[in-house]
Amino acid sequence: MADNQVIVGDNLTKRFGILTAVDGISFSVSRGDVFGFLGPNGAGKTTTMKMIQCISPRTAGSLTVLGMDTAAHPREIKAELGVLPQETNLDPEFTCRENLVTYARYFDIPVSEARRRADELLSFVQLREKRDVPIDKLSGGMKRRLLLARALINDPKILILDEPTIGLDPQGRHLIWEKLKALQAAGNTIVLTTHYLEEAERLCNRLVIMDEGKILVEGSPADLVSRYVGSDIVEAEHTPEVVSCLQEMGVQFEIYGDMVQVTTDRPREVAKRLFETCNPGHVFARRGSLEDVFLKLTGRVLRD
Amino acid sequence: MTDEGDGDGGNGYILPRLSRSCLKVWRRNWDVFFKTYQVNFLPPFIEPVLYLLAIGFGLGIFVGEIDGIPYVEFIAPALLSISMMNSAFFECTYSSYVRMYYQKTFDAMIATPLSIDDVIAGELFWGATRSLIYSSVMLLVLIGFGVVSLPSSLLVIPFSFIAGLLFACIAMCFTAITPSIDALNYPSFLFITPMFLFSGTFFPLSILPGLVQVLAVALLPLTQLVIVTRSLTLADLSPLFLYSLAWIGLVTAIFFVVSTWLMRRRLIV
Repeated sequence: MADNQVIVGDNLTKRFGILTAVDGISFSVSRGDVFGFLGPNGAGKTTTMKMIQCISPRTAGSLTVLGMDTAAHPREIKAELGVLPQETNLDPEFTCRENLVTYARYFDIPVSEARRRADELLSFVQLREKRDVPIDKLSGGMKRRLLLARALINDPKILILDEPTIGLDPQGRHLIWEKLKALQAAGNTIVLTTHYLEEAERLCNRLVIMDEGKILVEGSPADLVSRYVGSDIVEAEHTPEVVSCLQEMGVQFEIYGDMVQVTTDRPREVAKRLFETCNPGHVFARRGSLEDVFLKLTGRVLRD
Repeated sequence: MTDEGDGDGGNGYILPRLSRSCLKVWRRNWDVFFKTYQVNFLPPFIEPVLYLLAIGFGLGIFVGEIDGIPYVEFIAPALLSISMMNSAFFECTYSSYVRMYYQKTFDAMIATPLSIDDVIAGELFWGATRSLIYSSVMLLVLIGFGVVSLPSSLLVIPFSFIAGLLFACIAMCFTAITPSIDALNYPSFLFITPMFLFSGTFFPLSILPGLVQVLAVALLPLTQLVIVTRSLTLADLSPLFLYSLAWIGLVTAIFFVVSTWLMRRRLIV
């Protein structure tokens, strides 16, 4: 096993009673990766993250982080991780800076060093002027940025982000992306889960899509798009004319509600023929995206 | 490479694995306490004054003496014992539950090198510390009223930590199994309130029927606190003094282990 593989899961399994939340998955994250776990609700992403964080014991299989077994060395592993949780768990009794300094103590960072890092990180996440403000006075976006700063307080070797931009407005989301891009450029390894496929497409250089506890596919976003949907998509209204027309043309298509979708490498040609011969109403051509891959692989049925 | 043994909720061991790190949890609670000290220090000053005036001096006029002791000096150690019980018990039930369930403070802590065992031990030691702070403040007030003997009463200060730890450990067991914060009202009303009245606090156990006396001495934690504290504030050792100390030590050790085990079972999934 190459030593630039910082997280390696092999046949990793987690069962809760009769429910198998993670069903024998194998994956590896390399140093410098931004690695995404994607999937619908209940796919097993968060459970996998919790096992990586050494806070949830596995049922079977093996899992090593930085070459150490998660079951045998939780303290040593957790000392090297920076975790941004899905649910805000900042300390409401403290100010921004006190939150960071208190958290630093859990990592045995001396107080003077903790204060220096806290100020530096507050600047990094653009909260310097909120330094002495109690956290119940912060907006949702500020809280997530403070959580990001807190995740960085121990100068972690691996960042674990569970839904980093959940509930944020577009400005807040872009600011977090910008910070994560900067961290990636500085060579940090980042593991994240997200429901936002645009986010995964922008940030991740490698990702897996999970469903029902299993990994369906693995690869880079561009690679997955070209592998599963082709480069482009043409969408038209779902009418009998359009359908029979497409059947005549001999192209593959799928029907989603009131819409017909053609995945193709020749969008102009398909769109032109639709216009000329099928009376299609609206026709819309666009690039294939990770969202198309996701929906194709996990289906359109609502999960909850 | 399978190891099914890991699937038991991380409860493959019984005894708490203590480390120095629990002091960081304790320190976090200490910092929060002193951030809001104006609110925190008023009750332990006011409460004993009210009880002393109303019950000790007011009711005391009618009671006179119990076993040759002025009534106000009879209840002074009971007030101290009740304060140890309440401060530790309510800290490690309602307050710990809020930190665990609503503020997710425990989740934030175990994402660092701290373990669940560290977090729970820190909470328990903090509950004991709160008992020490409250009963020390109260002791000052009682010394001011001249109703406790010196210097033996100063031993109440170290004792209040041990007594607080006992109630912190019992409280944490309830916190570990409670389905909601409201359900914590049950131990408060069915366990704490009766003890408040029937542990030799405001009247001696000797006036109770024999069987009830035996049960109170054998089973009720507050009875042990009152026996020890009264021995110290009256400078007159009860024949049960050593028995009560041993009882407290043993039961604290048992509930320390049980509460940590129950918490591990609740939090590690």
